[in-house]
Amino acid sequence: MSGGPFDGKAVITGAGKSQVGRRLGRTGLDLTIEAVTRAIADAGLSVDDIDGIASYPGPGVPDLGFSGATITEVRNALGLRSRWYLSSTETAGQIGPAIEACMAVTLGLANHVVVYRSVWESTAQAGAGRASVLFGGGAVSGHLEYTGPFGALSAANWLSMPAQRYMHDFGLTREQLAAIPLNARANAGLNPDAIYRDPLTLDDYLNARMISEPLCLFDCDVPCDGATAVIISRRDAAAGLPHHPLTVESVGTGMFERATWDQRVDVTTMAAHDVAATLWEHTTLRASDVDLAQLYDGFSFLTVMWLEALGFAEHGKVGPFIEGGERIALNGPLPLNTSGGQLSGGRLHGMGFLHEACVQLWGEGGERQAPNSPEVAVVGVGGGPVGGAMLLSTR
Amino acid sequence: MTDTSSPAPASSPAYVRPERRLLPQPTAESAAFWTGGRDGRLLISHCRGCGHFFHPPGPVCWRCRSTDVGPEPVSGRATVAAYTINRQPWIPGYPPPYVVAMVELADEPDVRLITNIVDVPLDEVRVGLEVEVFFEQWPAEPGPDDSPVWLPLFRPAAATVGGAR
Repeated sequence: MSGGPFDGKAVITGAGKSQVGRRLGRTGLDLTIEAVTRAIADAGLSVDDIDGIASYPGPGVPDLGFSGATITEVRNALGLRSRWYLSSTETAGQIGPAIEACMAVTLGLANHVVVYRSVWESTAQAGAGRASVLFGGGAVSGHLEYTGPFGALSAANWLSMPAQRYMHDFGLTREQLAAIPLNARANAGLNPDAIYRDPLTLDDYLNARMISEPLCLFDCDVPCDGATAVIISRRDAAAGLPHHPLTVESVGTGMFERATWDQRVDVTTMAAHDVAATLWEHTTLRASDVDLAQLYDGFSFLTVMWLEALGFAEHGKVGPFIEGGERIALNGPLPLNTSGGQLSGGRLHGMGFLHEACVQLWGEGGERQAPNSPEVAVVGVGGGPVGGAMLLSTR
Repeated sequence: MTDTSSPAPASSPAYVRPERRLLPQPTAESAAFWTGGRDGRLLISHCRGCGHFFHPPGPVCWRCRSTDVGPEPVSGRATVAAYTINRQPWIPGYPPPYVVAMVELADEPDVRLITNIVDVPLDEVRVGLEVEVFFEQWPAEPGPDDSPVWLPLFRPAAATVGGAR
């Protein structure tokens, strides 16, 4: 237990995951309740012990499965007696509400906060196609006003450009980048909940169809149905619970530039770099202390960004770091995305990484348990102008 | 520079206008950007306080926070900062492949526009390629302002066509 922004008072006591799959035909609320109640039971608590609830993104976003259930829906469904609650999209990435829950328990506003993220994109979008989700019709507005007219409708387009420039400037190759999806697939093969578990080879990757060059099919994650939840508790309220409480050592919430996909001064960096800078400001731990990394892979290149932002490799030098995949393999020095990430495990949209970090720190990974007995894990979530990070330990 | 019928560079595939594009409904802030092409002008938000351009348009300069801002024409010359060849069909009526790029304006290199690079073979698009604007007119989406819009697209700058490639 170190000081850090929460002075050791914010801990994680449980984690839960719903059924995860493609076109499950279940509603977002149904999946959410499954994950939430599993997390509560995992923490050794009852629903009546939960006095706080937080989630991303909340209401007011285009739906089609992106927002599985709002806090209001979950509160009403479970009859929660909340002392504190929050949902937001304008926060430190998809795990921003988990960070805010740490603040709430540290300040004594709540004892046990359930934090969840749920999606049912695979079912909601069945038959309609991805483009129907990206754009519903009418005039393009918001930041799509300046991208949609040029056919740049997907984050695949917005992120392939910095990936192309990074390859141009620093010599990152497709063979090197392949280590991210190949590692994810290898881990997914050991995770019974993962979507894609069949082996993937370098040849498969190099021969895959391009989506938006230089990113190919296997550089893009897979929409799914599923929900994940964790319980964030005030340490004083966690005595006697079954799990060893995981200390939230630090969080990264920085955003130093305008939140755009195209105007950042250095297009080969992202919000992740600002997030990581603030994460390390609040702790004496360093990247060299980290045993396990769960880093967002909605697109493989985003994991590259997180690896350098967090200091595992110097700016521009992630290619040699990941080449061949040994360093990031399950039995390597820095096991990465041990559940298969979103590339092979399914787009649980950020919270899946926090869930997996908890599972691994508790030694409950089963076949995919990292053999280095991790004690310190970093979670980095988001891409482009979106980002948040958490540093957890068993100490 | 203002119409799409001017001839493409001889060695390049001629740009074919797609059947459909997703279109903006210009706002008070963005109208100049989307309609400057009517007069062949690329209008970018400019700060009279610090003299810098900025994008996207807005009511205040993010650098010096002056509100003495307004659209001003730029040269229309730019450089490709990053690009992608989109291969995935996203929009019915706008089939791939097409090149999406971030271009940096010659007048203010840290102002980037997302655009299409056209009239150039896909394998000749590169970081550093010098390009120039032209405009493609479309009817606006139905709304309070039904003015047409002129989308700023880019193609290799005339001076570089046939040069050392």
